[in-house]
Amino acid sequence: MTPLITLSQITKSYGHVSALKGIDMTLHENEILGIIGDNGAGKSTLIKILSGVEKFDSGQMFFSGKPISSPTFSVSTARKMGIETVFQDKSLGESQSIWRNFFMGRHRKNALGFIRVRHEKKEAMRVLTKILGMDGVGISPGAPVSVLSGGERQGLAIGRAMYFDARVVIMDEPTTALAVREVGKVLGFVKTLKKRGKSGIFISHNLHHVHEVADRFLFIQHGKVMAEVHRKDASPEILIETLMKCS
Amino acid sequence: MPPLPNFIKFNSLQWAISIIFIILLLSFMTLAPHTFLHSRIYIAYLSTIPFAGMIAVAMTLVVITGEIDLSFPSVMAACGFAHATVYAATGSPALGLVAAMATGALARALNGLLVVGFGVPSIIATIGTQFFWRGLTILLAGGLALNMAEIRDTAFYYVMVGRWFGWLPAQAVWFFLLTAFSWLLLNRHVFGDHVRFCGDNAPAARMMGIPVARVRVGVFVFMGMVTGLSGAMVCMEMASWWPTQGEGYMLLVFAAVFVGGTSVFGGKGTIYGTLIGAVIIGMIEAGIISCGLSGLWTRMVYGIVIMVSVSSHAALTKYSKG
Repeated sequence: MTPLITLSQITKSYGHVSALKGIDMTLHENEILGIIGDNGAGKSTLIKILSGVEKFDSGQMFFSGKPISSPTFSVSTARKMGIETVFQDKSLGESQSIWRNFFMGRHRKNALGFIRVRHEKKEAMRVLTKILGMDGVGISPGAPVSVLSGGERQGLAIGRAMYFDARVVIMDEPTTALAVREVGKVLGFVKTLKKRGKSGIFISHNLHHVHEVADRFLFIQHGKVMAEVHRKDASPEILIETLMKCS
Repeated sequence: MPPLPNFIKFNSLQWAISIIFIILLLSFMTLAPHTFLHSRIYIAYLSTIPFAGMIAVAMTLVVITGEIDLSFPSVMAACGFAHATVYAATGSPALGLVAAMATGALARALNGLLVVGFGVPSIIATIGTQFFWRGLTILLAGGLALNMAEIRDTAFYYVMVGRWFGWLPAQAVWFFLLTAFSWLLLNRHVFGDHVRFCGDNAPAARMMGIPVARVRVGVFVFMGMVTGLSGAMVCMEMASWWPTQGEGYMLLVFAAVFVGGTSVFGGKGTIYGTLIGAVIIGMIEAGIISCGLSGLWTRMVYGIVIMVSVSSHAALTKYSKG
């Protein structure tokens, strides 16, 4: 089967600093790929390229076997193809209500541009409570996002991506800076993502979190893929060992 | 404090401003029953409040976008001047209104260019445009006021600022329509949703495909057209244009917006709050006089009302977060 995303020898430099020095990577249908690397390894550059925020300098990128040309690939084209990124702090408007955030930039509207508010509120709640199983006290469609916990906010962004038929959800350090219970929630959301037939890329430097959800693990260091481990061979100990070897 | 039901908790600022309004109105009614228990004062308010009120409503959208506009008094004068000259040349007050609104839109498109195109913070850009439009207008007018007494005989005058049914000031109806329109825009239309996210988290808005630059320019142009409308209506109401037009509105408009609970940091604000804010600010002066206090009290009472409202908003914002 054709992989969903294939990267071949992707490079990217900022001035004299080369952040990526030839990345090879594939993501298959309904697979959760864990990308592990230390700070400055090139993880965030890689996400920016996958999500269309940055253009790559050389190399090739394929989506469902079709080549993607760097100059025309942007956030909006990525989203149209079904690649959606959940950035740590760039995904939600804090003071806006849950339903507005859910449909942000993609409202269901009539010909005059008026939003179908009641429909949107119902849909947002259906996804958050029924599909993602959120049951926090503050969850009502009109509540501002600021009443949600850190994990629930990740859930809102992930649920939103699923609702809009994303095929790949890229998650940038979704568990960083969260309390233990919240981490559990987020890992649950990632599992739901897989159960519903989607693919995901989970970027983290916490091996234990990635270990729970990913099917395959890529280790990135100095702008290159240093190692690849499959789920069947992976215990947290092996992952730690591999990470130590890489750095 | 016990948890509040949602319809109060998520709209706490609107409840607060309504309560402040009711307290103020009740105290005026108690202290000056001969004025505030009769309809005349309210009809007078309906004729005076709309001019600043319309600008305040548009300013609310600007502030929610995370921008600010200090240039509207000058733009108002420029729009009024365009209205007066076009009316003098063509004899049509309707064309005058179109000219005023076009001038406003153009002036604000320039704001948008400075803010969005060059990246000048709007508080600074609009200080510049404030001088520019006032200066240009005075230069073109040769520093002289324009008299338009004959405008009172036109049908268009009656439609815009006449007294319908012999008592209802038309500007109040237009103000109400504009307020309803802006409420729909902010709460039910995609444009309003974009406005909220631009002010709340512009990088996120950009990531989610919201055309941030276009929304900012759009808000400024809307503000410009409303300023033009208000400027032309002031000219019609007074049947004249004068070079310092609009100068008195700076305090009134910002006071109305911030008393109404709109956040200066962007992303948060309500049309309802601004409407009540505009009414509160608009009724204080006459209220004080009819309570038998001298006009010297007005500014201080303004100060007290503004301080009390913004403090309660700040406290409520903190509480509803925690």
